[in-house]
Amino acid sequence: MEQGTNIIELKHITKTYKDGFSAVSDFNLEVKKGEFVTFLGPSGCGKTTTLRMIAGFDLPTEGEILLNGEPITALPPNERPINTVFQRYALFPHMNIYENIAFGLRQKKTPKSIIVKKVKKVLELVDLEGFEKRSIDTLSGGQQQRVAIARAVVNEPQILLLDEPLGALDLKMRKEMQLELKEMHKELGITFIYVTHDQEEALTMSDKIVVMAEGKMQQIGTPEDIYNEPANAFVADFIGDSNIFNGIMTGKLKARFCGGEFVCVDDVETGTHITAVVRPEDVVLTSPEKGKIRGIVTSVIFKGMHYEITVESGKNEIVAQSVNCAIVGEHVGVNVEPDNIHIMIAEDHTNIFAAEINKNNELAYNGTVLNVPLTNIIKGSREEDGVLFDASGSEIDLKKIRIKISIRPQDIEMTDEQEDGLVKGYISNLIYKGDHYSYVIHTDLEQDFVVDDEYLWNMDDQVGLLMPVEKMIFTVKK
Amino acid sequence: MIRKAWKSMIIILVLCFLYLPILVLAVYSFTDAANIGTVRGFSLHNYVTLFTTPELVQMIAGTVVLAFVSAFFATILGTLGAIGAFYSKKGMASVINTMNQVPVVNADVVTGFSICILLVVVFGISKDSFIPLVAGHVTLCAPFVFLSVVPKLKQMDSSIYEAALDLGATPFTALIKIVIPQIFPGIVSGFALAVTLSLDDYFVATYTKPATFDTISTYVVNATKGAQTTIKTALWALSTVIFLLVVLFALFMNIRAGKNGQERNGI
Amino acid sequence: MHKFMFSRKNLGIPYGLFLAVFVMAPLLVLIYFAFTNGQGEFTLLNLTGFFSDPNTLGTLCYSFGIAAVTTAVCLLLAYPAAYILATSRLKAKSVIVLLFIMPMWINFSLRITALKEILTWAEGSLAYHPFLNTVLGMSYDFLPFMILPIYTTISKMDEALLEAARDLGAGGLQAFLKVTLPLSLPGIISGVSMVFLPAMTNYVVLDMLYNSTYIMGSLIGSYFASYNWHGGSMIALILLGIVCLFTLMTRGIEEENTRGGMLL
Repeated sequence: MEQGTNIIELKHITKTYKDGFSAVSDFNLEVKKGEFVTFLGPSGCGKTTTLRMIAGFDLPTEGEILLNGEPITALPPNERPINTVFQRYALFPHMNIYENIAFGLRQKKTPKSIIVKKVKKVLELVDLEGFEKRSIDTLSGGQQQRVAIARAVVNEPQILLLDEPLGALDLKMRKEMQLELKEMHKELGITFIYVTHDQEEALTMSDKIVVMAEGKMQQIGTPEDIYNEPANAFVADFIGDSNIFNGIMTGKLKARFCGGEFVCVDDVETGTHITAVVRPEDVVLTSPEKGKIRGIVTSVIFKGMHYEITVESGKNEIVAQSVNCAIVGEHVGVNVEPDNIHIMIAEDHTNIFAAEINKNNELAYNGTVLNVPLTNIIKGSREEDGVLFDASGSEIDLKKIRIKISIRPQDIEMTDEQEDGLVKGYISNLIYKGDHYSYVIHTDLEQDFVVDDEYLWNMDDQVGLLMPVEKMIFTVKK
Repeated sequence: MIRKAWKSMIIILVLCFLYLPILVLAVYSFTDAANIGTVRGFSLHNYVTLFTTPELVQMIAGTVVLAFVSAFFATILGTLGAIGAFYSKKGMASVINTMNQVPVVNADVVTGFSICILLVVVFGISKDSFIPLVAGHVTLCAPFVFLSVVPKLKQMDSSIYEAALDLGATPFTALIKIVIPQIFPGIVSGFALAVTLSLDDYFVATYTKPATFDTISTYVVNATKGAQTTIKTALWALSTVIFLLVVLFALFMNIRAGKNGQERNGI
Repeated sequence: MHKFMFSRKNLGIPYGLFLAVFVMAPLLVLIYFAFTNGQGEFTLLNLTGFFSDPNTLGTLCYSFGIAAVTTAVCLLLAYPAAYILATSRLKAKSVIVLLFIMPMWINFSLRITALKEILTWAEGSLAYHPFLNTVLGMSYDFLPFMILPIYTTISKMDEALLEAARDLGAGGLQAFLKVTLPLSLPGIISGVSMVFLPAMTNYVVLDMLYNSTYIMGSLIGSYFASYNWHGGSMIALILLGIVCLFTLMTRGIEEENTRGGMLL
């Protein structure tokens, strides 16, 4: 029965280019009739490629696309009842608005009288009544956008594909168009598949969000699901600002992360490695003695509706949103309500932690300079006389950026020579995983690191952690 | 303001160098003088000779027909080639681009001579069939059409072709209705360039034309060797007519460009 | 599923074939003829003959001389004109540019005729100054081809660069030598390539101005007149070699497609 309601299905779709690069790998999706589905992800995550395969511009190297249960994988784009709103509109510059909108209908040999009526009606829908005779270059960006939508919608496609359609508009216009598109979706009842890298846009508009990264689907769900129950650290990090900590379950409904033990509501087996996610708005700042953990306020930024306060506790950084101001240097306590802690069983265990920038503009961790120039990490930037400039030539304020390091457990090595390590600590947990052991090292800086090793170490062994810089992945947050 | 005067002087000097001979000739074409420097009365007899001597009229007509026929074929081939090369894989595109560049950088003498050898000497095609001549002129002109069209393809938003397919157009319809109109200015200027190249050519024509057929260039070159005064001065008239046509064409272009500019600013 | 798909890239096939037949095949035939004799036997005589005969070597030198002087004259006239025009804020700028282009649209043989009449009147007889007359004729013919690419390159140059140079303390002349001149090099190269080679080969200009000395092009003409395809092919091949050499030397510097933009 379920089959009948799916308008489009993507089965094991893979797109691999000649040079071996996989833009999309083993992508599976079912979209129901009338849904508003959004592909969300950073640029290069494969969302546009997936859309182009649905439209028919690109052929998948593997897998199958079904429209109403019929395979359309290799059908040319002009034979698919699917229309696209392009990123930069792609209006035909040598045709006026009427001709642009009528183009699709003319291809179907629709009688002229019907075309005239339909064009008039669709122009009303996008609030451009009477614009038939105008030429494209007399329109503003927003108006061109509306024409592009009208040109696609007038063909009454079964699916409307929208490839970052609002990307070229300014913020105010974008907000307006978001609402209008949502209205239009309700009114027309057509299935929308929408591509964006803007998480806010995705959250406001969609019935269902598909979060993508590196050509793979990370999570699919309603906006609420995605926001409240991110499936992994990537999703949590990409959707909204999040505090993400590695940790371990220390007892029933008890988790230790960020140097403290917290009560939580997710029932996960004791000893499991976990990733804990806490939204900044859920971080409660109190006096030091009342907090579960203690720290020092390192920065306070006024954001209009609230303050964004960064607290440093050991080596952990906690970002909080609060309506109350705080003072830099102040000692505070930090609390989180149990049901605001989202516990994920860390399937990839990737260690994510903050790096610091020292006064020589070098990247450092725990007082050790990491041998990577900042200009390599911040794309397009260059350094002149100790000042960093971004790609557009403006100066980068190093106080306003945060750099996070990710490193996989198998890339960290443990050593008895504690001083050789980037950081030292003791083994607080170990699990045998069949062909290797997985350890949790609780460091002197109150962080937990997950490390894989084939050899057996003992609980409470004092170790140093060797982390090769070339295995680290750096992400920049502003 | 001495600098400014200097600048104007240089421009005027160069323009004089370019135009003085043509203008002097134009003035003398309206007299019955046989040589420049002699002062004679006003006369239109050069123009009468030009338009009534069958030999001259045929030669002019032949040149024009040749130019338009060659330009026609060159435009079709060059345009298709540009579109094909633009959308081909890199290797294929660079092969076509390189071959296209050969007649452009090569001396016309070499182009004409090599085509003559291939078609006339090796394949034994008679020059009287006009095939070597037309083939030679198309070879001379098509690469320039190609070079005029390619920039327009580069400027075109690549997604409008996809948009047409998306709206149900077949690839052929999308090409005719979307791509061709977009690159049309390039095609037109390529065609115009092809016409002027063919009209101006001497070398390719010399090596490939039938013995009894003459283009303006080959005719004029032969005429200057002989000493027939009536023909010589009639050619002054021809020079003046062509000059006036070029001026008219330039004026037309300039006015049209001005109008377009106004429209764009106006709305 | 396997029906023939109309595809944009297939459109290149006819033109590719056309170029193969009318551009590449003639060149191959040229090479074949250059290294064979009338009996179709392989020979290097055409090549060695050219480089051992003082007459042909003299012709090569004379061609280089004519071409070098013509190119220099064109550059000296064209660069200031193009520079002044490109940097001026005149309203009539586009008209003057058009005036520089227009001669290209007038048949060259008619323009040379006009020049010839003027020179005959001025010098009494063309026989007195054959070299001067030839250089004048060639410059007159090719000048627009030098002006246009230089003008295009200088026009496209960012004015802020000059301002920056001045701002950094360069004087007017310094700014010109260190900024404008190097940046206009692609235009100059493009112009030189459009003047130098034609000046080596366009023997009609010489003929019309009664200069009976041979240049490289005249050799092809005379071999053609005597049906000596093998000798002519060798000359053509040597000219082709000069073109290749020039292209290799200036690779990457030449302004792309200035030739294609000859008609605005």
